Amino acid sequence: MTEAEFLAYVQDGGQVETGDWLPDEYRARLIKFIEMHANSELMGVLPEREWILRAPTLQRKLALTAKVQDEVGHAQLIYRVVEDLGKPRDQSLADLISGKAKFHNVFHYATKTWGDVGVIAWLVDAAAIISQKALLKCSYAPYARIMKKICWEESFHILHGRDVILTLMNGTDEQRELVQEALNRWWGPLMQFHGNPIPADEDPMFVWRIKSQGNEEARQQFLDGYVPQIWELGLTVPDPKLRKVGDVWEYTEPDWDELKHVVTGHGPKTAERLDFRRRMLEQEQWVRDVVLAA
Amino acid sequence: MAIYEVFRQEKKGAAFAHAGSVEAPCAEFAEAFAHEQYGRRHESVALWVVPRDAVHEVSAFYDELGKTYHRVDGYSLKEKLRVARERAGTAEDR
Repeated sequence: MTEAEFLAYVQDGGQVETGDWLPDEYRARLIKFIEMHANSELMGVLPEREWILRAPTLQRKLALTAKVQDEVGHAQLIYRVVEDLGKPRDQSLADLISGKAKFHNVFHYATKTWGDVGVIAWLVDAAAIISQKALLKCSYAPYARIMKKICWEESFHILHGRDVILTLMNGTDEQRELVQEALNRWWGPLMQFHGNPIPADEDPMFVWRIKSQGNEEARQQFLDGYVPQIWELGLTVPDPKLRKVGDVWEYTEPDWDELKHVVTGHGPKTAERLDFRRRMLEQEQWVRDVVLAA
Repeated sequence: MAIYEVFRQEKKGAAFAHAGSVEAPCAEFAEAFAHEQYGRRHESVALWVVPRDAVHEVSAFYDELGKTYHRVDGYSLKEKLRVARERAGTAEDR
């Protein structure tokens, strides 16, 4: 099979398996993309982990702990896919803590209040599930299969987040204000989440059919699904230009410089969280040693 | 460390379908990891945890002669049925 034949095959909806011949560029792009996904799952639990001890009720503590467990489980499954593509887990983790590999922009920010925890579980997970659903048709089948399980778990994470938000919105004025402030903080990063609006046909990830939709398409889907849900609670989206014209949402241009700055390791919490991972990796070395000696 | 493939059964009587894989130092750990990854939310009723080396894949299937007579798409009856009905004089009734 030539690279052109491979490209035609995946563009026609064809899927490939681990043992199949893969063009070098395809394999390299898969590793980079899937590794970043795994890193994001692993780093994404840190903003929520900080709130386990401060969660308002026992039920919330249990739900948040379970969610953290789920996300770490996703990281394990996804690193497994990366390993089969040729990059060992040790190497992925080393590249993560050295700052060489990236993780998603939304996990570089602080979780200031319990309102942030609700907004993360509801809207950050909603934005993520839109990206992840577009991976169910990924041309690399082992990744697509793993995504089925992940989407299933994300679907109740969103409900957990929405439940937190609804409880706060039905509470005191201070609680409602907590949600509005959190939304104000997260709106910018949320609008940057799906990336700059590069046309799908020029996006290598779409060309290789690793993703099945373009960045702007994903963002439009997010706005379409969630802006009405935000509005119906009496919350204000902090963007005066946001409105739907025909089928298209118009909005203020997201801050792409901020996105680039943050994902290249300069977010407000990047250094602190990578340092935490570094310490944990060292601290838990004995577990790996014991297991491997078994 | 070795790779173990995990197959999960969603409900009694259903086929075991491939779900993913886990990496473990021995079968006992592989079973524990598979249990956590693919069963802890009651999404499975049973798992098969199999060393990757034990899976023998067979994927060479050829049909150079186009033997359609052993497939349902090898039989297009519509046109023949129309003619037969005409000859039997039952075409109008239908």
